[in-house]
Amino acid sequence: MSLRGQAYIAGAFEHPTRKAPDKTVAQLHAECALGALADAGLTKDDVDGYFCAGDAPGMGPLAMADYMNLRLRHLDSTELGGCSYIAHVAHAAAAIAAGQCDVALITLAGRPRSEGYSGANARPVVAAAPDAAWEAPFGPVTTNIYGMCAMRHMHEFGTTSEQLAWIKVAASHHAQHNPNAMLREVVTVAEVLASPMIADPLHRLDCCVVTDGGGALIVVRPEIARSLKRPRVQVRGTGETMKGQAGGDVDLTYSGGRRSGKAAFEEAGIAPADIKYASIYDSFTITVLMQIEDLGFCAHGQGGRFVADGNLISGIGRLPFNTDGGGLCNNHPANRGGITKVIEAVRQLRGEAHPAVQVRNCDLALAHGTGGFLGSRHGSATLILERE
Amino acid sequence: MAERTLPAPPVNPESEAFYAAAAEGRFLLRRCTACGKAHWYPRALCPFCFGATEWAEATGRGVIYSFSVMRRADPPYAIAYVTLAEGPTMMTNLVDCDFDALRIGQAVVLVFKLSDGGPPVPCFRPAPPQ
Ligand SMILES: [Zn+2]
Repeated sequence: MSLRGQAYIAGAFEHPTRKAPDKTVAQLHAECALGALADAGLTKDDVDGYFCAGDAPGMGPLAMADYMNLRLRHLDSTELGGCSYIAHVAHAAAAIAAGQCDVALITLAGRPRSEGYSGANARPVVAAAPDAAWEAPFGPVTTNIYGMCAMRHMHEFGTTSEQLAWIKVAASHHAQHNPNAMLREVVTVAEVLASPMIADPLHRLDCCVVTDGGGALIVVRPEIARSLKRPRVQVRGTGETMKGQAGGDVDLTYSGGRRSGKAAFEEAGIAPADIKYASIYDSFTITVLMQIEDLGFCAHGQGGRFVADGNLISGIGRLPFNTDGGGLCNNHPANRGGITKVIEAVRQLRGEAHPAVQVRNCDLALAHGTGGFLGSRHGSATLILERE
Repeated sequence: MAERTLPAPPVNPESEAFYAAAAEGRFLLRRCTACGKAHWYPRALCPFCFGATEWAEATGRGVIYSFSVMRRADPPYAIAYVTLAEGPTMMTNLVDCDFDALRIGQAVVLVFKLSDGGPPVPCFRPAPPQ
């Protein structure tokens, strides 16, 4: 069964906060739900499907569904790390197509900034995870796992730190127009390269921000979308997968985006060249570069050349990306960037992005993410959306 | 330069024989009795064909597939993937070396380093010149 045209994104909301020491994580989830419902023109009582992932406090979806006092006939807590919410849109479309719900709510929220999170510190070891006995001693943290991907890409293809820096530069050009963005200063390639080295070859400015906050989406069946006053954003293509170490057959030069992207483009019946705007997960600059290759916007190994010289800047380059400033400059709530990727794609398709970064005639957009750790085990989800 | 303290790995029924051998200075990996392939990390069932697997002595020779020096840590350390002579690529640390002289493709050899309150764990250092 194809999900093409089976569901619409009717509501999208990004919490304006970037630091919320005085709120609970549950409260942030609910405030995001309220914002997305108001955006759609629906109310809490319309929701009959709920989707969340590992950032939701409590057991799976149960505690948050109870906190919001939802009356549900469909629940899904698929956990793929930061790209979970992109996959949730596809799962919601499938549930709607199967008659399991009519109005699906997806929420994400967290407070890593208030709680002192750093991507340079060791993560708590889950002793029962099958990799723990073989990896925990070696200090795999977020930054050095992604660093190894970048090192290998540089080795095989001659990718440079300057090329990676262009990704941050492009994000900062967009973030200057976003009053809620955590980092609004336009930066230069030289400034990225001069920022402190965190994990070779990634500098501080190659890394995303750490922010409190969240977001929510409302996915509805076509008849409901037609009854609402908002511009209609159709789910046109979806894909999800994971990629790991393959029993020791490790290849760090590509991501699961190859498979999830291919599936999404096939379902949508379009090609990468048809995409007018792309939200691409930017936990680090290297994440963007690899996914641009894997999604087919350029050939394997050519990402460095593709992203250089402002090619990702709206109004200047061939592929406007992350026009909200992305995770690199705007927001990375709960250390999970998937939902903000969908939200900015919806803004672009509705013509509601900031005028300085709005893509003209934006009728086809892509939102893509990875989750977990690009260089060890990661989820991957791709979503293609169309304005009707 | 002070060496980084290596956190002890969780020892469980799938890893205890490996770490017992490591305590004797022997480096084992797991090979499939059905398809014959070696894999990493070690598993009871082959990740290629679900066949039964058994321990096999490994050479401890390999080359650096990729690495990243964690400059923000005190002391800094070098996480790496090393491709073993037997085929599989494994996560490890590069030790006893000048981090700034490390190169992808460089030959390395196994050296066990004691973990913090646990067994020795498999690290690698640059191979001595031939
Ligand atoms: Zn086998």
